Order: sequence, then structure tokens, then C-alpha cells
Amino acid sequence: MSSMIYKKKSPLLVFLVPAFLFLFVYLYYPFFQNILNTVLKIGGLGRAAEGLNEPWYENYVRLFQDPNMRTALKNTLILTVCTVVFQVGIALILALLVDTIRVGAQFFRTVYFFPIVISATALGLMFNLIFLYKGGMVNQLLLSMGQLPYEVKPSGKVIVQWLDWKDQAHFLFTMLLPVMWQYVGFYFVILVTGINNISQDIFEAAALDGASGLKRTRYITLPLLRNVLCTCLVLAITGALKVFDLPWVMFGAGMPENMGWLTGTYMYDQTFNKMNVDYGSTIAVLIVVLGVVLSNIANRVFKPSEDI
Amino acid sequence: MNSRRQKASKAVTYLVLSFWALTTIYPFIWVILNSFRQKGLIMSDSFSLPMGEAFTWDNYITAFQRADFKNAYLNSFLISGTVTICVVIIAGLAAYGLVRYRFRFRGLLYSLIMAGMMFPVFSTIIPVFRMEAMMGIAGTGNRWLSLLAVILPQIAGNLCFAIVILMGFIQSVPIELEESAYIDGCSVFQIYFHIIIPAAKSSFATVAIFAFLWSYNDLFTQSFFLRYPQERAITGLLNEISSQAGVNYGLMASSVVLVVIPVLVVYVCLQKHIIKGLTAGAIKG
Repeated sequence: MSSMIYKKKSPLLVFLVPAFLFLFVYLYYPFFQNILNTVLKIGGLGRAAEGLNEPWYENYVRLFQDPNMRTALKNTLILTVCTVVFQVGIALILALLVDTIRVGAQFFRTVYFFPIVISATALGLMFNLIFLYKGGMVNQLLLSMGQLPYEVKPSGKVIVQWLDWKDQAHFLFTMLLPVMWQYVGFYFVILVTGINNISQDIFEAAALDGASGLKRTRYITLPLLRNVLCTCLVLAITGALKVFDLPWVMFGAGMPENMGWLTGTYMYDQTFNKMNVDYGSTIAVLIVVLGVVLSNIANRVFKPSEDI
Repeated sequence: MNSRRQKASKAVTYLVLSFWALTTIYPFIWVILNSFRQKGLIMSDSFSLPMGEAFTWDNYITAFQRADFKNAYLNSFLISGTVTICVVIIAGLAAYGLVRYRFRFRGLLYSLIMAGMMFPVFSTIIPVFRMEAMMGIAGTGNRWLSLLAVILPQIAGNLCFAIVILMGFIQSVPIELEESAYIDGCSVFQIYFHIIIPAAKSSFATVAIFAFLWSYNDLFTQSFFLRYPQERAITGLLNEISSQAGVNYGLMASSVVLVVIPVLVVYVCLQKHIIKGLTAGAIKG
């Protein structure tokens, strides 16, 4: 591809310098600084470091002993697995279905993307209203279907036993559902484009050979989608590790009773509320390391094939 | 027989698709309806249309009285507009250079960009804040400097994704076009502006939309740098209102609507580009 035009390298400076200047100053250098911070003793956000920690790897030891960190890791891993299975899974089913219809396909593509367009803050508030303890949307719905126990007092007042969606038995569901729901549309769009890129000739040949709809999906679409699915997996895993604003708006600091931590929310809480800046930096490093390791595993398992 | 089975499967297809569409549309309709309802009634009856007695503008009037929406919209559009323009220009140049030129550190630079997509914002924000405070941009109390303090890290945060998407598209532009333009005497920059940009238009639009949305919706960076009332951008304002609203659910609903409407309008106007442009890059990346 190395054409005559691109033999002379001097214009390259104009192309690359602005972007990498920005990236170095605002991304790579701060990240490097963040790694340094993990071994320093830092008392507060604006304060300078007061020397090394005693011993310097203190924060990394703490990482393994902190029970909240264990909760956060457990929840985040559950979230990651659910993200991969449900987000990508539902998106795949929807994409395959949309591919078979003509009328309304554009409509579905547009509305499936709605939740991604909207800020997690607004969505979080919305879900707070939906899962509200007393008279939220879900509880009203359950009540009208007769699923909630209630008693009528002699005075005519109705006392309902509302279901608390954020208690210890239900919080995981209430936390995961909005996150799952929000990003289905993102993977849906990626997968739809992937399906559209498969050459129509292959499908026609298969139809001539008598392959039915399901067989075509099983033996043509899915294998050819492998690379795209792999991209989706990596995006889903790294995305799940970073999830922050929706659970933060809905649950705040580790509700209920320190059971609801995620790596993202715990890191934020340590850094900005507890002022453990160096420990927060350590959690951030862990998030990046986990992201690299997990997405490499995903790449190994679903290795994109080169021959297509 | 066969055609009946086909019809049945088609019906199931539409049923499933419509069900998911319902889950993505209905919550918004529910919030919009309840933003016009008397606040006492939301908890007892939230599904009917707010008509007659139940209908009210009060929630919106309270929202505008409590908070300076006009100023916040202005701040938000200044921030997100600048971020969008800068990201499109800078990422476009870099993607073009990385795709078409062969040079020694190309592989290294590409891996750096992929790594950059992995960093969570909260791992870079503290050092960035300190650096900007040292440069005299952040924490000065000056409105325009504070806006700049948000704009700069947001540009950097959006660049990696933008470059990856654009690289995928520029790769698919046939190089013969560029070669014939070169023979006609065009310089590399003329080729970029007259051939590459028009050819990859929809992916540029996609990148622009995403940069705008992510910047507009990014509560985290905003709450970090914009601390004074006159600096507030719209998402931060929403967060503030909601923390003060307490049990005033009507006010919450109306503020959600006020924040969401501009984005939905931008999205519906430009959505055909997203569908076309999002993924050539992601697929190859």
C-alpha cells in the first residue's frame, strides 16, 4: 500500500503531532503519574506527596486484604459476565431478527440506540423513579397485578407492603438491569453493520443449495460474524470494568451495607470522599490490569480468524 | 403450509423486536407524562394521562426558578461544541497519517492508542487537575478558564476512540483515487481535504456525534472542574437539582426531560449517519 505519494515523510509531523501531543499531556503522562501515586503517601486531593509509603507496596497489600475490595471485585465480575452474556447476547438476537425484516428496520435501529444517547445521570434518576420504594413504576405495576400483599384498614386506608428493590436480596438485579439495558443498542448497531457487510452472494448460494433460515444463521452468519463478535466482547469487558455513573447515581456509596460496591464506584469513593488518593490510584491500576488481562483472554478464546 | 409457518415466524420476530423497542421508549414516555402531573399524584397513579386536575406546568416552572438552565445550556454547548470540532480535526489528521504512511514507530503508536481506550477517566483526572492548577487554568474561579479546563481533557479522552473509528474508514477509501489526484498535482493536504474527508463523511459525522454526546453527558469531569454556580453545565445542574429535590419527584421528572430533550433532538436529526458510520472502524479494530 506504500504508494509514491506517501514516500515523503515530512507532512507526517503535521498529521500526528497535534493528536499525540494531546494524548501524552492529558492521558499517558497523567496515567504514569497515577502509577507513581500508588506508592506515595498523599493526604488529600490538592496536597503534595509526603514521601513514600511504609513499605512502598502498602497499598497493594491492602488491596488483597480489604473486604470491600473483594465485594467490589465479585460484583464487577458478575457484572462482566452478565454484560458479555446478556448485552452481547440480546444484541445478537435482535440484530439477527432485524436482518430478516424490511418494514420498520430503520425504526428499530433508531429507538434501540436511545438509551446510549442519554446521560447516565438522567437514566439513573429515571430508574430511581421506576424502582421507587413507595409507588414507583414497578411497584405500582406489581400492585395492580395483585402481586403485592396489602391490607385495607377499617378506616378505608390501604396499607401496601411495598417491595424494596434496593434491599440486600434485590440490589444486584436493580443495579445490573439498567446497565445491561443501556448498552444493548450499542452492540446491536455494531452487529447489524457486521451482518450487512457479509456478501449477499454467499446467502444466495446457500439458498440455492436449500439451506433454511436457521441453517443459514448457524453456518454462515455466525461464523462470518466472529471477528465482529470478538470486538464486541473486548468492548463489553473493558466497558463493564469501568461502569460508574449509573450505579453511582442509583446506589451511591456501596449501598446496601457495603454490599453494592463496584470497582469503579469504590475507586471514586476512596479517592474523593475518603481522600485516600494513593489507594484510589491503586484501584485504578487494578482496573486497567484486569481490563488488559480479561480482554486478552477473550481474544485468545474467540481468536479472530485470519482467513476471512 | 410453508407460508403459514413463515407468517408465524415473522409475527414472532416483530413481537420480540417491538418488545425491546417498548423497553427503550416507554421509560421516557413515562417520565415525560409524569413531569406534567401534580407532584402528589405521581406515587399513587403514574400510568394514566395527566389530564384535567392532574395536569400542571408547575414542575417546569419550579425547575426554571430553582436553577439557571439558560446559562447551563450555554456552558454545555460551548464545551461540547469546542470538544467536537477539535476532536474531529485532530483525530482525522492522525488517522490519515497512521493509515497511509509506513514508518518505524507506527505499530507502537497504534498500540498506544488502543491502550488509551482502556484508561478509566478517574485514573487520570487527579494528575490532570494538579497539572491544570499549576498552569493556572483550573480552580481559578474564572468562568472561561474553567470551561477550558474541562475542554482539554475531554478532547484527549475522545481522541482514541475517534482515531480508531476513522482509521477503519480511511482504510477502505480506494488508494487509486489518491494516486490519480497526486498525478494531477495535488499535495498531500489537498488530497486529505478534497478526497479523504468527502469519502469518509459519514464516519466523521459519527465521530462528531459521539464526541458531542459523551462530552455533554460526562458528569464526572464536569463535577470536578466546574465548581461555581455560573460555570455549571447541564448535566451537573441536573445532579444538583436531584440532590436538592428530595421527595419532589415531579421536579426530578421535569429536570430529566429538560436535560434529555436537546440530546434526543441532535440524535434523531443525525442518526442515519451513526448507523452507517459507527462500525467500519470497530470491525477492523
